[in-house]
Amino acid sequence: MSGFDDSLLNEADETVRVRFVVNGRKVACEVAPRETLVDCLRDKLELTGTHAGCEMGACGACLVQLDGRAVHSCLIFAVQADGATIDTIEGLSELGAIADLQAEFHRRNALQCGFCTPGMLVNAHELLSQTAQPSREEIRDALSGNYCRCTGYEAIVDAIDAVASERMKAGGAGGGVT
Amino acid sequence: MTAPLTSLDRPNSYIGRSVPRPNAKRLLAGRGRYISDLRLPRMLYAAFLRSPHAHAKIVSINTEQVRAVEGVHLVATGTDLAKICTPWTGTLDHFKGMTSAPQLPLPLDRVVWAGQAVVAVVAESRAIAEDALELIEVDYEDLPVVVDLDAAREAGGALVNPGSVNNTCFRSQLDNGAVDDAFAHATHVVEEEFSFGRHTAVTLEPRAIVADYDPAAGMLTVHHGTQTPYQFQDLYSRHYNIPEARVRVIASDIGGSFGMKLHVYHEDMAVVGLSILLGRPVKYVADRIESFVSDIHARDHRVRARMALDAQGEILAMDVEDLTAIGAFSTYPRTSVVEGNQVIRLMGAPYRFKNYRATLEVIFQNKVQTSQYRAVGHPIACAVTERLVDMAAAKLGLDPFAIRAQNVIPDGAYPQTSPTGYRFEALSHQACLKRLHEMMDYDGLRAEQADLRKRGIYRGIGIAAFVEITNPSPAFYGVGGARISSQDGAILSLTPSGEVRCLISVTEQGQGTEAIISQIVADQLGLAQEHVKVITGDTEMTPHGGATWACRGAGIGGETALQATRALKRNILEIAALILQEQPSALDIIDGQVVDAATRNQRMPIAEIARIAYFRSDTLPPGTQAQLTVSHHFAPQGYPFAFTNGIQGCSLEVDVETGLIKLLKHFIVEDCGRVINPMLVDEQLRGGIVQGLGAALFEECRYSDTGQLVNGSLADYLVPMPMEMPDIVIGHVETPTADTELGAKGVGEAGTAAASACVLNAVNDALAPFAVTINSIPITPLKVLTALKRF
Ligand code: FES
Ligand code: FES
Repeated sequence: MSGFDDSLLNEADETVRVRFVVNGRKVACEVAPRETLVDCLRDKLELTGTHAGCEMGACGACLVQLDGRAVHSCLIFAVQADGATIDTIEGLSELGAIADLQAEFHRRNALQCGFCTPGMLVNAHELLSQTAQPSREEIRDALSGNYCRCTGYEAIVDAIDAVASERMKAGGAGGGVT
Repeated sequence: MTAPLTSLDRPNSYIGRSVPRPNAKRLLAGRGRYISDLRLPRMLYAAFLRSPHAHAKIVSINTEQVRAVEGVHLVATGTDLAKICTPWTGTLDHFKGMTSAPQLPLPLDRVVWAGQAVVAVVAESRAIAEDALELIEVDYEDLPVVVDLDAAREAGGALVNPGSVNNTCFRSQLDNGAVDDAFAHATHVVEEEFSFGRHTAVTLEPRAIVADYDPAAGMLTVHHGTQTPYQFQDLYSRHYNIPEARVRVIASDIGGSFGMKLHVYHEDMAVVGLSILLGRPVKYVADRIESFVSDIHARDHRVRARMALDAQGEILAMDVEDLTAIGAFSTYPRTSVVEGNQVIRLMGAPYRFKNYRATLEVIFQNKVQTSQYRAVGHPIACAVTERLVDMAAAKLGLDPFAIRAQNVIPDGAYPQTSPTGYRFEALSHQACLKRLHEMMDYDGLRAEQADLRKRGIYRGIGIAAFVEITNPSPAFYGVGGARISSQDGAILSLTPSGEVRCLISVTEQGQGTEAIISQIVADQLGLAQEHVKVITGDTEMTPHGGATWACRGAGIGGETALQATRALKRNILEIAALILQEQPSALDIIDGQVVDAATRNQRMPIAEIARIAYFRSDTLPPGTQAQLTVSHHFAPQGYPFAFTNGIQGCSLEVDVETGLIKLLKHFIVEDCGRVINPMLVDEQLRGGIVQGLGAALFEECRYSDTGQLVNGSLADYLVPMPMEMPDIVIGHVETPTADTELGAKGVGEAGTAAASACVLNAVNDALAPFAVTINSIPITPLKVLTALKRF
């Protein structure tokens, strides 16, 4: 190092050890205090199903479940999530928790490039666990933080609507099939 | 009661069927493989220092401090990259007199827009690279900034390129001579000046690239989020002087593209150079702010137009002037002039009139480049034409449907040449108009509107007819000297177990390319769709082709697949005939079984033919060469474009107190020729419409007087969100093109083409009681209130 003032950058590089339960498994990783949860999930844990579209809480591409609630992983630092239980699209898929939503999205082609899709599914999952049979208006409202550039949103609304009805018919009045 | 059997009831009849996309399951499980997800061994990350000035001289760049930072591997300026990369110029030969300055990955001595990349840093992480940027010192000297369109055209004003005589990139005129005469004899003339703001693609995944140069092999591999991998293979090879066969471009999953990801971007070219300099993989993913200041923007037109009509409401002539500002350079390799060119050529396209004159002037300014984005030129031409038609209808006391019914080219009158020189093979305006009228319950909507108006609720109904350009032939870029292919290629193999692998040059960005190609192959060969695997987007594997842009995936890519499949089927049946001691013509294939063509009795599975050909060729007659892999290319011939058409309608409500507009319902009747997968077509239409609605009401790249983009984030730049978007009702008319066996035309631009025109007409319809009009897009609440003199 040729006389370079170390204090300029080193502070940002210091790492902290954090621990989470991600998709049902205990994990620990070293993160810089400034690292967001979305970066930690994607880069450190290689869970690239969670996407970053805006990194400011506006697009919903980065939604994950944190302690059972949908949160924007771009808006919290990884250190803030220390000790939390996190479920990403990969975990929710493997668990089968959103299998019916995924099947309905597939059947209706409620996705095109698929980049918004994990966030949409996490949000839809959250909505249906709160409101068993939302109206189309309520579905659109609930998705109003999820940006999709490809679809016209309508097929997504249709898919969620159909799953809500199916779940009701199956007798899950209290919500999801988790 | 059973419905009569249709062609869809044949086994393996997939053309025309709404089957889900096989590859979508991966994306739904979070198993997409986007370029932004990619990580390679020894990969480094690039970040760019960007110009804070819209126009300035670079006096000096000091990178001393940053070179010493731990984790930084390379700092590169324009000069460093200019040593290995040749410059590019965004002009096309057939646009006579067109100019644009040569471009390099990073500038040498002058920046021309705020946000232009100036210095690149490559480091072990993006964070380190970004930190390091802060240690770079660039000394700038401000130069006069050209922002405003009028100022840019002023004689003696500031110049974007100091070496040039003015800021004109290109000028063009179309004139068939008798326009003045037609206007002189017209009973009615309607006239308006329109303005269309700049907006941008805002793909949810920003631009992403990983360049990986291996000096030992002399091989460059670029994982690039693009729709046109072959184009980039050619460009990287030529500008970095690497033999074409040693350049591989891989476009895996792409998080949205819409034309935005097929242009050459300075950072992308730089990343390739950085990887060559380092001999290591280098990754760059634009963040959202970088996307806003460096992705191409689109539109930005000011149009003056007038239309002449006779006493009965027949359109006689149009006279149009389009001024468009494109930023500091024309993009490469497609140029930024194509949009304006299409604007003046699509004017009045649905209508039967003869006299037309148009001038186009394309102007440089100190902003990021504008260029092709979904429905190039269509929304401008459509909005201008359709607004004038509505204004004429109002003047003549005609209903918007009636004046269109009177003036559209009749469905039986094709082929036709438009007054702007386009040749239409067969369109269906009359059928679409009629269909839309029923679908909207137009009379019901009008009655409801009148009722509500009495109660102070202002609803508007707007319709807009359009013509869409699809399936471009070599007459598009080829004649202009651009190395952009209008042909596509496919390689089809029967695998040893009797499945089919199809490598094809058209690419997938989510519109369903892989699905429709597998439908066509399965249908034509006589196989279950799940036994067809389609591979796209890798120049090392798939044959050269134009890939997916300008709505050519189904029409040209689909035809390529169809012809390739028929060739493979012929070969399979020839071998089957040898084995079965039959004439090939007496055999057919159904569900993967060779059958007797007449009786449909099963003879043998195609898997058995594959087994014999691959593993027991000794049992075939001497001299037999089993060709179970075929390669086939197809280039469009006949009409230079497969034009399609349709009409849209919308119903909306204007709150005259707040200026807010609520979209209630949108309608489209569309004719894209042979429909391969109705569900995918519908979703293309819906997605396209929503992009058009965004342009109509929300999206605008706003600049300050000094050329700073002031709303470059997703919190400031409004995009259509689910809550504001209406349900969209879709109807189809099918007029297949006779230029291909498949008969498919494109559909990707159709939604975007007319959506904003519809909204413009509907808002003006809603405001009719106030005798005010709006002539500019996006229609913001402020514009509504200003028109109403309430602000
Ligand atoms: S990336 Fe988190 S909301 Fe957009
Ligand atoms: S499917 Fe592409 S962003 Fe939603």
